[in-house]
Amino acid sequence: MVDFSLWDIFRNLLLALRWTVGLSLIAFIGGGVVGLLLLMLRLSKLPGATVFVSCYVQLFQGVPLLVQLFLAYYGLGLFGINTSPWVAAGMGLTLYASAFLTEIWRGSVESIPRGQWEASQSLALNFAEQLRYIILPQAFKISVAPTVGFLVQVIKGTALASVIGFMELTKVGKTIANATFSPFLVFSCVALMYFVLCYPVSLYAKSLERKLHAHR
Amino acid sequence: MPIVDIRALRKSYGSNEVLKGIDLQVEPGEVIAIIGKSGSGKSTLLRCINGLEEFQAGELTVDGKPLLHKNAAAMRALRQRVGMIFQGFNLFPHLTVGKNIMLAPSLVKAKDTASGEAHARALLERVGLAEKFDAFADQLSGGQQQRVAIARALAMEPAVLLCDEITSALDPELVGEVLRVVETLAQEGMTLLMVTHEMNFARRVSNRVIFMHQGRVHEMGPPAELFGNPQTPELQQFLKSLND
Repeated sequence: MVDFSLWDIFRNLLLALRWTVGLSLIAFIGGGVVGLLLLMLRLSKLPGATVFVSCYVQLFQGVPLLVQLFLAYYGLGLFGINTSPWVAAGMGLTLYASAFLTEIWRGSVESIPRGQWEASQSLALNFAEQLRYIILPQAFKISVAPTVGFLVQVIKGTALASVIGFMELTKVGKTIANATFSPFLVFSCVALMYFVLCYPVSLYAKSLERKLHAHR
Repeated sequence: MPIVDIRALRKSYGSNEVLKGIDLQVEPGEVIAIIGKSGSGKSTLLRCINGLEEFQAGELTVDGKPLLHKNAAAMRALRQRVGMIFQGFNLFPHLTVGKNIMLAPSLVKAKDTASGEAHARALLERVGLAEKFDAFADQLSGGQQQRVAIARALAMEPAVLLCDEITSALDPELVGEVLRVVETLAQEGMTLLMVTHEMNFARRVSNRVIFMHQGRVHEMGPPAELFGNPQTPELQQFLKSLND
């Protein structure tokens, strides 16, 4: 049996941490783009758009992320598409994040008083100009703190990608634990790394929230 | 030719009809005060004129052009002719006073920044707030905010200005400064339609007063006549209730 030093464990986990960060970024950027498109769709008041978006949101908020990942991984295979864990995890997390982000942002947009829409409409601004110059700049300010807070959920959510064989932090941790027979030590290191990743983000969210409240 | 021409206008919210056939012709330069109890439809009528509310039947033209809700280009053209000032000011809180005024002309009329700024400064001067160009709305009093809102509406060079209870959210000592600005506009020949509770102001400034009751124009006439010799029991009662 090979002996693992603490540094060996740590080094391998650190290498795996890259993929956790990478997957988080994919989920967040992908979820952000899709979420923004869904928000636009919903705000456009096109026929059927509201129903479509709210069904989308309900579906992806109402099914456990774990099950979504299974569906993405095995489901795409059924259609003859050969999915790698990367694609399945990236897609699953993107759909999941987009549903939550679009809801967070919709709430922010709806918290802008109706008078802002009416005043800009009265000044002959069109819908796109209203969004671009009046509504979104104000909604953005409100949404920053909850959006950053949700990033923490996404980072932790990537751990579930381990079940479809994605070699991120949790999966690598499990592999090392099996090889070293010291699961408690290994998973303590894993936990520490998640914490080091998430804690600054939630601190940042808190400070943003404080800053925005101070402005009012 | 009337600048605002409203014929047989009907508007309902669901089964609740709030405007039951309004006919109103406004000549250029006319100052019209709309009075009446809350729920009489006076604000709704005003909001129909710039398309903030959709109506179900009747016709409405501004400057000879019909109001077409489904036609975005027509609405954009119409709204450039009709300015609106709100009870709650509705300044854009994330922009400075100057940007509040310059935004719409630069977007809608493609006005360049230099002439837009000069115009904005001139308008602020006119409402007595020349030094507030770089201030934000939350640094201003209610009266100052409302005067900025007036300057913002004027920046689009509208032919008609709609004032929807523009002093109702103000502390009593701030009402005067806003009304003085409106009075100056009236003297300069701006066409004004204002929903107001300031009866003395309506009496002094307007050419015509409209009393609305239950979704209809109940009584209409020159202020001296309407306030001095009200014909209908509803108007008599309304005026009496104000003095109680």
